[in-house]
Amino acid sequence: MEQGPLLKVENLSKAFGGVQAVLNVSFALKKGDILGIIGPNGSGKTTLANLTTGFVKPDRGTVRFKARDITGAPPHKIANLGLTRTFQVMRPYHSLSAYKNLIVPLNSPRVRQTRGGKLGDTDAVAIDILEEIGFERDARVPYKIAGSLPLGYLKRLELGRCFALNPEVIICDEIFSGLSMSEITSMIPLLERIQMDGVTLVMIEHRLRELFRLADRVIVMNFGQKIAEGIPLEVMEDPEVKKAYLGRERA
Amino acid sequence: MDILVYGTVNSVTFALIALGFTLVYGVSRIPNFAHGSIYVLVGFLTYSFINDLTLNYPLAVFISLIIASIIGLIIYRFILIRLRGLPASEIIASFAVGLIILEGLRLQGIGGFKGFIGPFYMLPNFIEGKVCILGVFVNYQRLIIIGAGLAMIVGMSIFTHYTKLGLSLRAIAQDEHAAMMLGVNSDRTAMISMSIGSALAGLAAVTILPLGNITPEMGYHVLIYALAICIIGGLGSWWGAVFASFLLGFSMKLSTALFGAMWESVVLVGTIIFILLVKPSGLLGKQKEFEERV
Amino acid sequence: MVDETRRKKRLDRSIKVRTEGLYALSSWTEMLYLILPRALLIVGLLTLPLLLDMYWQRVLCAAGIYALLALGFDLLAEYVGLVCLGGAFFIGSGGYISGLLNAHLGWSALFCIPIATLGGAIFSTLVLIPALRLRGIYFAIISFMFPMFARYIIIALSIFGGTEGISALGTLPNVWTEIYLILVVVIIALFAIRRLVNEDIGLILRGIKDNDQAVKASGINITSYKIKAVFIASLLGSFGGAYLSHLYGWLGISLFAMDFSILPIAASVMGGMGTLAGPVLGAFALTPLSEALRGFGQLRVVIYCFILIGFIVYKPEGLLNYFQRKYHQFELWETV
Repeated sequence: MEQGPLLKVENLSKAFGGVQAVLNVSFALKKGDILGIIGPNGSGKTTLANLTTGFVKPDRGTVRFKARDITGAPPHKIANLGLTRTFQVMRPYHSLSAYKNLIVPLNSPRVRQTRGGKLGDTDAVAIDILEEIGFERDARVPYKIAGSLPLGYLKRLELGRCFALNPEVIICDEIFSGLSMSEITSMIPLLERIQMDGVTLVMIEHRLRELFRLADRVIVMNFGQKIAEGIPLEVMEDPEVKKAYLGRERA
Repeated sequence: MDILVYGTVNSVTFALIALGFTLVYGVSRIPNFAHGSIYVLVGFLTYSFINDLTLNYPLAVFISLIIASIIGLIIYRFILIRLRGLPASEIIASFAVGLIILEGLRLQGIGGFKGFIGPFYMLPNFIEGKVCILGVFVNYQRLIIIGAGLAMIVGMSIFTHYTKLGLSLRAIAQDEHAAMMLGVNSDRTAMISMSIGSALAGLAAVTILPLGNITPEMGYHVLIYALAICIIGGLGSWWGAVFASFLLGFSMKLSTALFGAMWESVVLVGTIIFILLVKPSGLLGKQKEFEERV
Repeated sequence: MVDETRRKKRLDRSIKVRTEGLYALSSWTEMLYLILPRALLIVGLLTLPLLLDMYWQRVLCAAGIYALLALGFDLLAEYVGLVCLGGAFFIGSGGYISGLLNAHLGWSALFCIPIATLGGAIFSTLVLIPALRLRGIYFAIISFMFPMFARYIIIALSIFGGTEGISALGTLPNVWTEIYLILVVVIIALFAIRRLVNEDIGLILRGIKDNDQAVKASGINITSYKIKAVFIASLLGSFGGAYLSHLYGWLGISLFAMDFSILPIAASVMGGMGTLAGPVLGAFALTPLSEALRGFGQLRVVIYCFILIGFIVYKPEGLLNYFQRKYHQFELWETV
């Protein structure tokens, strides 16, 4: 059954003071896609994620999710519709244990609806998710205070927290950054599994090689504008993109 | 006319009261709840210097201001420095210091100290007499308040824009970590801001207090007004505080003229709630919608 | 002198480890180990009035009110991240509602108190809602200002008895009802809130304190949860206020006095923030102390401010955390 795009962003713009962080960016997301968003530092990728998920209100433009206008809606409403995100700076509930971190999203109205009227036992669901994100290997980890976990675990916990919401779209903001090669290789199957479960992923990334293994399509941003969109390897051949990444002389 | 002249006096009074608090909060994110106490303390110090030590007036004022700034410094150096980044503890500790000062002023019988109780304490006017402006009689002290207020506003903006120290204060206010990387000592600037803020509270005290009696209770009122102005103007916003002072100063005078003096506090509370409902971060305040740094 | 070659090492007592799991129920010593501190607290509080004379029984009642406020302060500060400096506002709204109902409608005290508890809590929560949308110290400042404003307004408009207040309100039937009402409420509130913070709603509140943005991204409306938390805290305070106005048979602007805001904070800091039981014990320790110092006039405020600063700067963990550590762990020196 072919439908309209799941998420459709049109002419989104936002300026902070005099800095145009995002300018007239449009993109559309089909169900089951993995969309990559790449671009040099400060090109407005994270702001784009903030605008889409309602954390920052756009100056202009619209965001439509499942054909519904969600521009400027508060983040928790957007999350309840099924569009959630991870954060670039890890934000665990540092005084709670890893497994209690997952209880929080399990209490959202969305989970209560999608997992069946009354959520039987949040603990049981939380344990399932812990297994999903690979915390089961070390029995002590789920009981450790989240603030004391290493970065690799935190990133997976962050994904788990999004996944607990039973979302349709997850925007991952630099989920690979700061991870070692081996941690990334263990992260990729997790992302693939999440996608298999029917979650559409948007990945904001700097690690192009790893991203290109996953992404079906990428958007390239520079100075707040979208400069290219397409199949990963083709996009990288685009002279504009080369210029943005390598500088003018080399292009 | 009455409203115009006295409204201005009122507004500048508020501005004088609030600017010290705003400065400290704006630079070092410290809510200095001892602000009101320092205000009252300077009043009593000046009074004692004049009456008990028979110093002449300007000297007494000068020494009290120095003492105020030293107290600000001490509060930061010995108490607040250990609590940086814990806003709750900062508030509680600075408020406790304020309470110690205020209630300490009322202590009696320790070391022959009589305690400042009762409405017998007044500072002399700088210049006696009054003048007729726009058909309204205004005494010189009120004009001095306006002068001092304007001088303070202008002086502080020159200080923060054109001197090295002032620029480093602003740098810390804008981005603490970046400023520290450029060699601005965050603790030192916070300490300086506390002492300048306290001196400003003292300056406000010596200009405003000659208009009435000094009582320890005033410490609470001054603190409340300073907080109210900063909330309305936006915490830490310099011009927001000035703007809010004028808004409050005139609206309170107007309400007095229209409905009677008792409605002043109702107007004050109403304004605060209204501002919070309409623009929660205050008139010129910037509450970052979303903050994320790597 | 700091000895560089040794360091302190803390280990959980074996009985603590054993009682963490289900095994706790298997032996008397272990059950006793778990129950003892709780039983000591409950039995201690309940037998205390029998040992005291009239005057100190009154002090105990006042201590109970402060304990409720301290509990509310601790809940908001440590589990939601809202520093409430306006405990007096809760006391005042509860006290005024109860007193006015009693004075004007002639309802009995036992009937007024529950209504005022609810009414006062609803009123104070509604007034504080505008401040809940903001992060940082806004809530602290606004909650600090409101009791003052309430005083200004009552004096300026001379409503509700103005400066003099209203006297000759109905009191509670007898002295034992007075004492045991507040003590039982304190104990129930303490254990109910301890339970609450470990339920899902408590976890969400702690999540909000740690990281409100992530809670939003999890689809949870943080403002509504903050409102719930403030409501719970103000229920405690309003009950205290309603009870207070009937304890003394009098209401007046001193219900909004600074004491009700500052003493609970001192009690929480001294007792140990975040432990819930600590602030309650702190209140039961500080109130009699401040009462004993009444003869010194204003000096007592100065003294408990010094205690407050001392604890907040040098021993921020508070007493209960310290004793808990001693109870659950032993320390030994090891050479490095």
